[in-house]
Amino acid sequence: MSRIIVVTSGKGGVGKTTTTSNLGAAIAKQNRSVALIDADFGLRNLDLLLGLEERVVYTAIDVLAGECRLAQALVKDKRLKGLVLLPAAQNRNKESVQPEQMKKIATALAKGYDYILIDCPAGIELGFRNAISAAQEALIVTTPEVAAVRDADRVIGLLEAEGVNKINLIVNRVKPWMVEENKMMSVEDVLELLGVPLIGVVPDDEKVIVATNKGEPLVLGEYDSLPAQAYLNIARRLEGEKVPFLDLMANQGNLLTRLRRMFGG
Amino acid sequence: MLNMIKRLLEMLFPWNNNTNSRSHAKSRLKLIIAHDRASINPDMMEAMREEILDVVARYVEVDREEMEFSLCNDQRMTSLTANLPIRQIKRMCELKEQIKENKSLDLQQIEITEIELEAEVKPNKTSI
Repeated sequence: MSRIIVVTSGKGGVGKTTTTSNLGAAIAKQNRSVALIDADFGLRNLDLLLGLEERVVYTAIDVLAGECRLAQALVKDKRLKGLVLLPAAQNRNKESVQPEQMKKIATALAKGYDYILIDCPAGIELGFRNAISAAQEALIVTTPEVAAVRDADRVIGLLEAEGVNKINLIVNRVKPWMVEENKMMSVEDVLELLGVPLIGVVPDDEKVIVATNKGEPLVLGEYDSLPAQAYLNIARRLEGEKVPFLDLMANQGNLLTRLRRMFGG
Repeated sequence: MLNMIKRLLEMLFPWNNNTNSRSHAKSRLKLIIAHDRASINPDMMEAMREEILDVVARYVEVDREEMEFSLCNDQRMTSLTANLPIRQIKRMCELKEQIKENKSLDLQQIEITEIELEAEVKPNKTSI
């Protein structure tokens, strides 16, 4: 039984596409087959983050127009067995696809893959409705910032109204040192506000930008980097494993904080 | 240069600047999320507030300055919380005066409850 999961956030720029690409790679690394659907028509980027942009030939629009078969449009990742991408059309807008059509594609893919991850565009308009049309469950990506949390709450409400009730939260770009200084909301704060179960905490890390620069998902690079570990943990939790959350605060024992503690801070 | 020293000091001694933006963000979000979820527009909220206050004010004197009226949310449940500090509970005679103007209230009902209350008190007195 395959799972169709939409990755969404409401607000743009919180890391939906980064999450989709890294989580897709992490799932594939657990020896599961996974198809990533870029639902961001007109502003596609998932191909770029995966480093597959040069190999895109057909897009979802071509499949819907009957110009190619679904299997032809899928771009296979040569580094990871079982990971494929269905690219969005770049020269069209969101209105060129309807929810029913997206549903058809996702359900067709579900026959051949364990996981279908749909990268949702920002906003709550047609693009969003397309992306969630086939979804059985959702991963909400948010950052510990007011605008992102507010939008996440709105999207959770919309998903519940659409009957998507299996909703899990990923808190992205957590800066533990800021939380410690009470300058940023903690993961617990965000959880309390949103009231949906947590499935992952991803620390803010320069390595994420470096990895996107190279078009290489983090889990393919250094295995022990903290964000890579975070994505692998999410993949394992999706499989039903009980994996403890990373202790981000543990890494904050640098000279500065130790000095401060010495002075009673 | 001065700025740099200031920043360094702030980094070393964060308690010097008591800006706790974390709790600020949280409390602001609590309020706005509750509003978003309940999707009551401010005008409607204000009208509801006035009406509730009118009703309450008929029976008790409310401290209008100290009162709080807000939508709260807890684990995806939204509730309306009104915190109305009572200055004084009105006397029965005052109440009757007010009710005369408002025919929708059943005056007799209130008199009965008052009598019942008195009846409860009296036996106690005799027992002492």
